[in-house]
Amino acid sequence: MHNSAIAVKTEPVRLQSAEELNALRDRIIAERDPQRLEVVVCHGTGCLASGSAKVSQAFRDALETAGIQAKVMPGIKTTGCHGLCSRGPLVVIRPQGLFYQRVQPKDVAEIVQRTLIEGQAVDRLLYRNPDTGDLVFTQDDIPFYKLQERVVLRNVGKIDPTDISDTIEAGGYQALAKALTTMTPEQVVAEIEKSGLRGRGGAGFSTGRKWRSALSAIKKKGRPVYVVVNGDEGDPGAFMDCAVMEGDPHAVLEGLIIGAYALGAENGYLYVRAEYPLAIRHLEIAMAQARAYGLLGENILNSGFSFDARINRGAGAFVCGESTALFTSIEGKPGNPRPKYIRSVEEGLWGRPTVLNNVETWANVPPIIARGADWYNQIGVPHSTGTKVFSLVGKVNNVGLVEVPMGLPLSTLVEKIGGGVPNGKPFKAVQTGGPSGGCIPYHLKDTPVDYDSLVAAGSMMGSGGMIVMDDSDCVVDVARYFLHFLEEESCGKCLPCRLGLTRMREILDSFSKGVGSEQDIADLTSLAQAIQDGALCALGASAPNPVLTTIRYFKEEYLAHVQDHRCPAGVCKDLITYAIDPALCTGCMTCARQCPVQCISGKKKQPHVIDAEKCLRCGICKESCKFGAVLIS
Amino acid sequence: MENFGVQIDEIIERYPDKPEYLIFLLQDIQSSYGYISPEAMQLACDRTGVPLTQGYSVATFYQSFRLDPSGEHEIRVCLGTACHLKGGQRLVEDLERRLNIKAGETTADMRYTLNTVNCVGACALSPVAIIDDEYHPNATARKLEKRLNALDQTDAADEKEAGHA
Repeated sequence: MHNSAIAVKTEPVRLQSAEELNALRDRIIAERDPQRLEVVVCHGTGCLASGSAKVSQAFRDALETAGIQAKVMPGIKTTGCHGLCSRGPLVVIRPQGLFYQRVQPKDVAEIVQRTLIEGQAVDRLLYRNPDTGDLVFTQDDIPFYKLQERVVLRNVGKIDPTDISDTIEAGGYQALAKALTTMTPEQVVAEIEKSGLRGRGGAGFSTGRKWRSALSAIKKKGRPVYVVVNGDEGDPGAFMDCAVMEGDPHAVLEGLIIGAYALGAENGYLYVRAEYPLAIRHLEIAMAQARAYGLLGENILNSGFSFDARINRGAGAFVCGESTALFTSIEGKPGNPRPKYIRSVEEGLWGRPTVLNNVETWANVPPIIARGADWYNQIGVPHSTGTKVFSLVGKVNNVGLVEVPMGLPLSTLVEKIGGGVPNGKPFKAVQTGGPSGGCIPYHLKDTPVDYDSLVAAGSMMGSGGMIVMDDSDCVVDVARYFLHFLEEESCGKCLPCRLGLTRMREILDSFSKGVGSEQDIADLTSLAQAIQDGALCALGASAPNPVLTTIRYFKEEYLAHVQDHRCPAGVCKDLITYAIDPALCTGCMTCARQCPVQCISGKKKQPHVIDAEKCLRCGICKESCKFGAVLIS
Repeated sequence: MENFGVQIDEIIERYPDKPEYLIFLLQDIQSSYGYISPEAMQLACDRTGVPLTQGYSVATFYQSFRLDPSGEHEIRVCLGTACHLKGGQRLVEDLERRLNIKAGETTADMRYTLNTVNCVGACALSPVAIIDDEYHPNATARKLEKRLNALDQTDAADEKEAGHA
């Protein structure tokens, strides 16, 4: 076969044209048997944390020592996040697509024997439909995946992110080749405009309009212009961008290169949060591979267009997710934001026209260019086109990463895809938009999840964190948590944010101690509005949102704290007491042994008693009791 | 000064002598030495041509930089939203009590440094604690206590062995 001597993985060849890219892709596809036996182990952050690296190693060892009797030696592939993190470590066996969950190294021998050699499923590792009790064999049949539509996550969990041939096989860089060879930069911008794509990082500004404004700024000021990836995903409880960068780094890179072509940029930056070391490593590998194949760097695909990029690791500052703070951080300075009237598209990084988009936004660009704006804007709803990736976390059965068309009702996300709240209770509220967002109560569960409907409900899309709360979560505590978070992260440059947030948090602290009045709630609201109006950047201006929405929807819970000195959810430490139910206590003494202040007394096999005076309310007794005898009141 | 086999001069010369590389340099110094000593800060500032005051302004602005040596083992407790809801704060309080330090501090014997972190992206396994680089999913005060006791024991055994050798 012509060119068969070129080893796809080890000896990269600089591609000279779109045709050569296609030829390479055809060759990779031809070399790979679609029926090949493959063990796919999820190496996303969640599964790695639950031990998937040990599982993939166990497969390597087992296959090597067993000298497998299957017809072909199975390949072992490690991929990015599969999404269903709460069931990890996840393993998929191809080509059948068998989906195994909670796989431990000790299960590997059985999988090798039963599945790889005998071709049978190991039933106990399969997913069981919680409603019907039926076994589910493949990923696509699990309700969690069924309602999803994967555009951004198209390759995440399927490809090995450190092997560019996997990306090329899956159609990676086809959009770039199409843009470079068949479209003018102007046509690329027009296509993005027509797609209706809006920024996935928070505010939801139209990406096409942003690119268009940058073009007019360039007309006035000339080049250079910079393109920047915002990978400083700082919202606690959100890991969408992490999964994309880890699982499909080439998607982000390809989007960025297409953007650079559209705007005529020669240099780009990827600003990635320091807490994501794996994402940084995979992006570095992807960039090195793309350079070797002539997809990044000088004279890309021999088109005459040159562009290169570098990675800046964040250093642990939430405010650097804000565009202007991010620019000053790239410049090597403390990440202080600047007033918003200077627009970044005109005066961004190094004072030059700059287009900054979030990771997920960039990853949307290649499919839009490859399949066309008309395909893309049919997904979702008018004004919120396409899909959105959410990290569904908190009190929900299926914790993980989901991608759905915009406009799906909130209840579908939480109850159908998320499988509802443990113990079958209804959810109390869903917090969206991170520390800048708000809480949507259960009675608004039919709210369509799109940019405008969420804002109308007092929250926002944000970057896509979705935290489900149940009746054991206290809204005052959650509001206090977010405020405390932002108070710590405030850069201190402007007064409303620096002092205002501290004062708000102090008021909430007193609420959580049962001190306050209805007037204090009103004062808190008016202070919140003043900060919204007066803060310099989005961090401060949106900081009051979690407080305002919880007051709006859960005023009675605030009143319970300040008037009745009671925390209905049993969270606020100063308002609760721990006690032991004598009917449930077996006198096993576990709690008494573990209590750090020895405030639990009682004889063996006799009900124990907690001394409320000495109790720290640390919760260790409740956590250690196997009989559920420790109660909070 | 411990140097993990990397000479400070080698780190200093990794990047061009421009102010924009200050953060890169400080990050590399920190990952080799565990903190940024006054000498290292002076060298980094000299190299990139920024005043020492600005070097400290950067190092104190960003949370990931430390100006004091950290302990032998680093404990990081995640306080992302999901971990908060599932009791991450209680883990911090318990560790503070057990180690007799506050979050961000190091024990007097330089054994442990306790830090908190705003979300490590492993929300499905909340609450999460990370000891050195080992994740502890669905952590409880008791599980962490066991792990720390085990660390104390293996370290003591290693020390004993080293003493015999």
